[in-house]
Formats: sequence, C-alpha cells, structure tokens
Amino acid sequence: MNPTNAFVENLDRGPLTKHEMAARVARDIPHGSYVNLGIGQPTLVADHLPAGSGVVLHTENGMLNMGPAAQEGQVDPDLTNAGKIPVTELPGAAYFHHADSFAMMRGGHLDVCVLGAFQVSAAGDLANWHTGAADAIPAVGGAMDLAIGAKRVFVMMTLFAKDGTPKLVPRCTYPLTGLGCVDRVYTEFATFRVGPGGVTVLETFGITYDDLAQRLDVPLSLPDGS
Amino acid sequence: MSVELYAHADDAVAGIEDGSTVLIGGFGMAGMPVELIDALIRQGATDLTVVSNNAGNGDTGLAALLAKGRVRRIVCSFPRQSDSWVFDRLYREGRIELEVVPQGTLAERLRAAGAGIGAFYSPTGVGTPLAEGKETREIAGRTYLLEYPIKGDVALIGAHQADQMGNLVYRKTARNFGPVMATAATTVVAQVREIVEVGAIDPEAVVTPSIYVDRIVRTGVPAA
Repeated sequence: MNPTNAFVENLDRGPLTKHEMAARVARDIPHGSYVNLGIGQPTLVADHLPAGSGVVLHTENGMLNMGPAAQEGQVDPDLTNAGKIPVTELPGAAYFHHADSFAMMRGGHLDVCVLGAFQVSAAGDLANWHTGAADAIPAVGGAMDLAIGAKRVFVMMTLFAKDGTPKLVPRCTYPLTGLGCVDRVYTEFATFRVGPGGVTVLETFGITYDDLAQRLDVPLSLPDGS
Repeated sequence: MSVELYAHADDAVAGIEDGSTVLIGGFGMAGMPVELIDALIRQGATDLTVVSNNAGNGDTGLAALLAKGRVRRIVCSFPRQSDSWVFDRLYREGRIELEVVPQGTLAERLRAAGAGIGAFYSPTGVGTPLAEGKETREIAGRTYLLEYPIKGDVALIGAHQADQMGNLVYRKTARNFGPVMATAATTVVAQVREIVEVGAIDPEAVVTPSIYVDRIVRTGVPAA
C-alpha cells in the first residue's frame, strides 16, 4: 500500500481488521530479522510473515527460532512461549537461560519487537504494563526490558480506547514502560512514526488525514516529500 | 562440597530455616520444581522471602505455599495472572509484601549475585514508576538505574537430568531461571527426572556445572 515514503490515504476501504493490522506490521519487518512478538495481538504477526521471510522469532523465556503454537499431539510442557502457550521449535532453534535471553534483548541484538500498548506519546514514550488503577496488582514481566532493548519497537494497538479516547497522546497518563522507545505505531486507522520529531502519519485506512487530525490531540505531520 | 543425592524430596529440603530467602525456578509450569515446593510445605519453614518469576498458579506448588501463609514477601516480575487467585487475595488483604522487578532485571540481579558483582547499571525501567528511589547515572549519554544483586539462602530448581556429580542439563524452555538461580544461592537443591552415571553427560552439553549444585533428588517424572 505504501512502498515509498509518500503518504497514502486509503479511502476505498474501512479501517484495518486485526489480521490486516498484523499483516501490515509483518510487511515492515525486514528479511532475516530477529524479532520478539509481545503477548496478545502482536503474536498474530507471525501468521503473516511470508514464506522465506528468514525471520527468527525470539521468546524471552529462552528460545530463538520458535515455531508456531503446538497442535494436538505436539504439546510439550517443557516448551512454551512467553505467554506460557505450548509452542514448537524450528530447525536451527536455540535455548538459553533467562539472563542470556534478556542480555540479548538489553544488549540491542534483537532487530524488532512488536508490543501492544495502553498509550503511546508523540515522543515515543510507551505505557503498556499498568493502568494505574488503585486496586490493580502491578505486573511488568518483560515489558520494560523489551521496550528499551530492541533496535526498533513497533506498537500494534487500536487507536482509540473503549471509551473513545485516543491512545496516541501528547503525554502518557498511564504509568510508563519506557521513555522515547517506540518507533512506529500501527493502528486500524493509520500507521504513524513517532519520536523526537513528533507524529508523522505514514498512511490512513478508511479515514482522511484531516478527519484523523480532528480526532487526535497531538499535532500531526506528513512524511517529507508528501 | 560434593553433591548429595536424595531419594525423597523431603530429605532434600531439610534444614531450610524460617526467614530464609528461597529462589524458586520455573516459568509457568516449565521448570517449576513442584515436588520440592510440596516438600517445603511439609517441612514447615515460614516467614520466607520467595524470589520467582510468577506468584503461583492455581492452588498447587507455589500457590499452595502462599496459601499456607508461609511467605512474607515475594519478589517477582509477573504476579498477576488469570489463575493467580491465591496471591491476588493475599495481596489485596495486605498479607504479603510484593516487590515487582522487570523480568530481565530479576534475572540479571540473580546472575550478579552468583557472579560476585556488587551492583550494576541497567537501562531497563528508566523514567518508569519502578525507577522510584533508585540511584541513576548517565553513562555515555544514556541513563541507567543502579540495581543490586538478589542472593538466596536456598534455590529450588527443576532440571532434566543430573549426573552423580551434580552436573545438570535442562530441556527446552524449562531451562529459564534454573541456571542463574543455581549460581545465586548458598544451598542449591535440584529436582531432576533422571540421574545418570558420571561421564554419561557430554561435558560440552553441561549447562549447570556441578560446583553450583548441593542436593539432588530424582522425582521420577518421565521425560516428555
């Protein structure tokens, strides 16, 4: 849909479905990347990597070249993903302990991680571990390590919360997971670049740039050359 | 000290004192030393600090230890799960202290304890609520948090196979916290599915060398 840097409004269709969002993320993962897919929706991205993508999936509980979810008869209690779902191994897989697994993350060896989010700020701050509700039990898992570790952090989320408020915000109001760590935000309505230069809209789906700008509280810009 | 082999998990956990810090391996059920935890429940030590990735699942294993009121404080990365109702209740009733640590920081703090590192600077958590109260330092333009080691009095871990010297190998993602916890406690107790003769494990394949392991019990769970 957007092979060049030129901005595209895709108005001949509605917003992306979950699977279309996953496919959109998958298209931006370079051939041969080492990738961690966060728990939940980001795991769908694996289903949309083309054959021969050369992508090697990392799971932070200690494995590279993780295969698809285990089918009936393949379940091995010793082999799960970070969501504790039984998975399989692909040829060339490797196992390692937790300190090594997070060292390869924190050490900047992973090319891409794809995470869900409650909020992302225009500067690329991420909030995805805690709603801040008084009675919520805090649980961070590997979210903070992933946020600051991978070379590029992609967020995949719905653009609006259930109450209609935008999740792409001037400043996160939920407790932060990481500062300035997000590069791209993939939503059903648009794909954004975020960071020190603010929010750039790369493409929209079923909404015009002007309508999008009206529904968000952050200043938007178009890619250079659009 | 050479390793001691035990026939029963109850003997392998003997002597764990009240107030101990107990490192418990496993990620979900993979690598979870369930028989050792059950033996610790029977053994009766209380006022424990438990360090583990999660805070128990369902009503068995770590959750059962919590339910008995034996754990004063838990240090973990991800206590809240769909089946962590035992922990959730104790936490909401104010009957257990919680320290939440990012998963990689938890692993590295254990590694540091085992490696004789006094403290280390990590970029994980900078600018977040988990940085509160932590010393920060800028190194080459990046901000880091000072993190301290987590040392255990006892580690309870699950491994796949041991030889009679105490060398351990793990299986698939059940390796998880076992190798780092094995370095980070005064007394390391491993439950394994199989104990083989010395020399039967390829030295190139040993993950936890025998120097770290104090007690082994075979729990008879057949390999999957």
